[in-house]
Amino acid sequence: MSLKHKANIVNDEEMRRAIVRISHEIVERNRGVKDVGLIGIRRRGVPLAERIRDHIQSFEGLEVPVGTLDISLYRDDLQMLAAHPLVRPTEIPFAIDDRIIVLVDDVLYTGRTVRAALDAVMDFGRPRVIQLAVLVDRGHRELPIRADYVGKNVPTSRREVVKVKLKETDEHDGVDIEEMADEDPHGRGDISQIGGGAA
Amino acid sequence: MTFRRQHLLGLEDLSRNEILHILDTARSFRQVLERPVKKVPSLRGVTVCLAFYEASTRTRLSFELAAKRLSADTMNFSSSGSSVQKGETLLDTIKNIQAMKVDMVVIRHSSSGAAHYLSRNVDAHVINAGDGFHEHPTQGLLDLYTMRDRFGNLDGVRVAIVGDIAHSRVARSNIWGLVKLGAEVTLVGPQTLMPAEIAKTGVKRVTNCLEEALETCQVVNVLRLQLERMTSGYLPSLREYARIFGVDTRRMEKAADKIMVMHPGPMNRGVEIDPAVADGPNSVILDQVTNGVAVRMAVLFLVWGGAPASEMGSEIALHK
Repeated sequence: MSLKHKANIVNDEEMRRAIVRISHEIVERNRGVKDVGLIGIRRRGVPLAERIRDHIQSFEGLEVPVGTLDISLYRDDLQMLAAHPLVRPTEIPFAIDDRIIVLVDDVLYTGRTVRAALDAVMDFGRPRVIQLAVLVDRGHRELPIRADYVGKNVPTSRREVVKVKLKETDEHDGVDIEEMADEDPHGRGDISQIGGGAA
Repeated sequence: MTFRRQHLLGLEDLSRNEILHILDTARSFRQVLERPVKKVPSLRGVTVCLAFYEASTRTRLSFELAAKRLSADTMNFSSSGSSVQKGETLLDTIKNIQAMKVDMVVIRHSSSGAAHYLSRNVDAHVINAGDGFHEHPTQGLLDLYTMRDRFGNLDGVRVAIVGDIAHSRVARSNIWGLVKLGAEVTLVGPQTLMPAEIAKTGVKRVTNCLEEALETCQVVNVLRLQLERMTSGYLPSLREYARIFGVDTRRMEKAADKIMVMHPGPMNRGVEIDPAVADGPNSVILDQVTNGVAVRMAVLFLVWGGAPASEMGSEIALHK
C-alpha cells in the first residue's frame, strides 16, 4: 500500500488566517480568555496550540497557558498497533479544575483520538467546559463528537489521507490530501484511527 | 524504535535500544504516578496472574500495583498453601491458571530458566520476576532507570556491584543492562562468590578491595547477602564478610562525595550495608522502589502491546 499525492488544499497563508480566526473565535466565544487553558494533543496539536496562544497574546495582551497531552495510554486499539510510538509525557502545567479547556488537534476524523483525550483530561480534574479546536474536519465520525472551532471543513473519502504539515514538525505549513494507491485488501482504509487522522 | 517482544525473560537478549525504549516509556509512567488520578485505562480487560514460587514483598506488590494502575485485573498465586505442596508441577499449575483465561503471567521461581520454559509452553505473555540465579530483569531495569535519572546517559558511568555476584540474579540483570548502556562495571566480592563466566559479560574489572571501588565509582549497588550461603561453606562468617565487604560509614568517608548507594532489598542491616548508610543522604534505596512501579508499568504495557498485530494492524502502523 502506498500513498500518492493528490492535492494541496490549504497553503501556508490560508493556514495562518484559519489559525488567527480560530484564535479570535476562542476569545469571542468565551468573552475574553480569563480561565481559558489550551491543551495540544501530541504531536501536531501542540505547535498549533502554541500558535493560538501567540495570536491571542498579540491581540488580547494575555498569555493563555498551554499544556500537552499524550493519549497513548487511553487508546482503545493497543494490540492493533504494530509499531508503538514512544509514550511521551503529558504536561499540563496549570490546574484544570473549573477552567475552560480548549483541546487542540490537527485533524478531526473518527473522533476516537478526541474521546481518548477527553478521558485523559478528566483524569487531571474537573474542567468547567471542554471545547475542541481543529485545523481540518474531514468527516467520517464514528462517535458523537463535534468541534467548536474548525479551520477548514474538508469532505474526504475514507481512501484518502489528510496530511497537515507544520513548520515546527515538517519544515513548511500546509495541508495535503493523498490517496492510497493500491486496493485496500481489507476494505477499510482507516489509516487515521492511528494518530488522529494525519499524524 | 519499536518494541515487539511478547515476553520479558531477561536483559541478556534485549538490545540497547529496546532497553532505552522501556526506560523512556517508564519515564512517562513515572509522571502518571504523580497525578491526582494515578491510573490509566491502557490494560482494561487484561488479566495478570502473579505466580510467586518464592518469597517476595517488593516485587510482588510492585507488579500488582503496576498492573492495577494500568486498569488490569490481577490474581495472586503463591506456592505456599497451594496445590504445589501436593506435588503439582509448574506447567500443570500454570496451564490450569491459563484455563481461567489469563492474559499475562508474572513468574518468580527458584529454578533458573523457569520463565523461559513457561514462555515456550503457555499461550500468555510471560514476565520474569526472578528465576533462580539467572535474571531479574525488572530489578535490573529499575536500577538502570534510577541511575539514568541522575546521570542522564550511562555511557562511561562507573558502577560497582558489591556482594555475592555468583548467586545473584539482580547482579546478572544489572551487568547485562549496564554493559549495553555503556557503563563501566566493577564487581566487588570474595573470590568464592565470583562467577566463572564473568569475562564473557563485558565487565570492566573484578576486585576484592571495596575501598578502592568506592573511591573510583559513581554508583555502588550493594547486593543482599543471602544468609543461606553461610551454611554452604562459601564464607567463613557473617562478621568477617561485614568487616571486609560491608558498606559502612567509615568506608563512605573515603568514597566519592556524591556516590549513589543502591540496594535491591531486602537489606541485612549491619551485614552488607550499615543502617547509617542505608538511611543516609547518598542512599536512593526508596527511590528505587518508587521507580520500580513505573518501570513495571512500562514493561506490562509494552509486552502486552507487543502482541502479534493483525495484518491490517501492521499496515496501518506502517503509514502512521
